[in-house]
Amino acid sequence: MDEIKFDEQVDITDKVCPMTFVKAKVSIDELEDGEVLAIRMNDGEPVQNVPRSMKEEGHKILKLTDNEDGTYTLYVRKVEE
Amino acid sequence: MAEKKPDYASLKKGGFMRQKQKGYFSLRLQVVGGNLTAENIRTVSEVADQYGKGYVHMTSRQGIEIPFIRFEDIEEVKEKLSEGGVKPGVCGPRVRTVTACQGSAVCPSGCIDTYALAKELDAHYFGRDLPHKFKFGVTGCQNNCLKAEENDLGIKGGMIVDYKEDVCIQCGVCVKACRENALATEDGKIVIDREKCNHCGRCVKSCPTDAWEGESGYIVSFGGLFGNKIYQGETLLPIIKDKETLFRVADAAIGYFEENARPGERFRLMLLRIGEEEFRKVITGAYYGRD
Repeated sequence: MDEIKFDEQVDITDKVCPMTFVKAKVSIDELEDGEVLAIRMNDGEPVQNVPRSMKEEGHKILKLTDNEDGTYTLYVRKVEE
Repeated sequence: MAEKKPDYASLKKGGFMRQKQKGYFSLRLQVVGGNLTAENIRTVSEVADQYGKGYVHMTSRQGIEIPFIRFEDIEEVKEKLSEGGVKPGVCGPRVRTVTACQGSAVCPSGCIDTYALAKELDAHYFGRDLPHKFKFGVTGCQNNCLKAEENDLGIKGGMIVDYKEDVCIQCGVCVKACRENALATEDGKIVIDREKCNHCGRCVKSCPTDAWEGESGYIVSFGGLFGNKIYQGETLLPIIKDKETLFRVADAAIGYFEENARPGERFRLMLLRIGEEEFRKVITGAYYGRD
C-alpha cells in the first residue's frame, strides 16, 4: 500500500469522546482547502465515530490505517464549505 | 342545585388523573413524538399558572401533566388549552401517547423520520379503546434512545444495506464503524456477513464514497412491558421495508390484542397465557400481505 502524503498531523489519543472530534475539527479547520490531515486515534469509540463525524462535516476521507499498536490513523482531505 | 358528580372513567379517558387531594386532577396532555410548539408551551404555562400550582410534571413517556386542576375548572381549562392547540391526553385501557426520538429529521444517526411516523401512528390509533393500555414507541436507530422494546409495539429504524464495490476505495472505515463485526476486508474487498448485520446503517453513515447504500426500514418489536412486570419486546419479523406493510402488521397486532386479551390484560400477558404461535402466524401473514 502506498504511503499517503499528508500536510499536518494531530494525535487525539489523549482525548475522550466528544473531545476527540473537537480536537480533530480544530486541526482540520486550520488547514487550507485540499490539504490532508493525518489523525491518530484510539481503537474503540474514536475509530467508530470520528471518521463518520469528519464525513458529516463535509471532508473527504482517504484511508484508515491500523497502526497495530491499538491506534489507527485516519487521512482526511479538507473540503472547504 | 345538586353538586355535579365527577365521572371518573370519562375524565380518565380525557387525561384527567384523580389526585390523592380531593377535588383535584392532574391533567395529562397529548404530546406526539415528544414535540410541542412554543405556542403550546406558552399555553401550558399559562394554564399551570392560572389553574394549577404554577408547575408541570414531565412524565416518563414524553408527556406533560398539569397537576392541581380543580374539578370545577376542567371545562374552562380544556377550552383554554384548545385555543393554544393543546389537547388532553388519555389514560386507561386504550392506545396511549406515541413516543419518538428526534429521528432522521434532526439526528445524524437516525435511519427513519420518527416524528412523521409518530404523527401517522397517532392519527391511526391514538385513544383507541382496547382491553388494556397499549403503547407505541418509535426510535430512529439501534442507539435506541426511545427504548423501543419497552413498548407494546416498538418501531426501530434500520437500514438494509448494499455494497457497491466499484466505488469503494477500501479505506477500511466501515469495517471499524460496524459494531457487530459483520464486515471484514478480504483480498482488498469488503465482505459482509448478513447473519451478523443488525441493520444499524453505520457502514452507510460512515462510508466516504457512498459505496454502502442503505434503504430505510422498520424493525418491529412486540409485547414490551415495563411496569409491574418487565418483559422486553420481541422482534418476530424481518425488517419491514415500507410503511404500508408496517401499518398492516400494526393493524394485525392490535386487532389480535383486541380480540384475544381479557379486560385488563396487557399484550404480553395475553401472549404468555395463550402462547405466541397463533400471533406469529397472524403477523407473519400481515407481513407478507395475506389476510
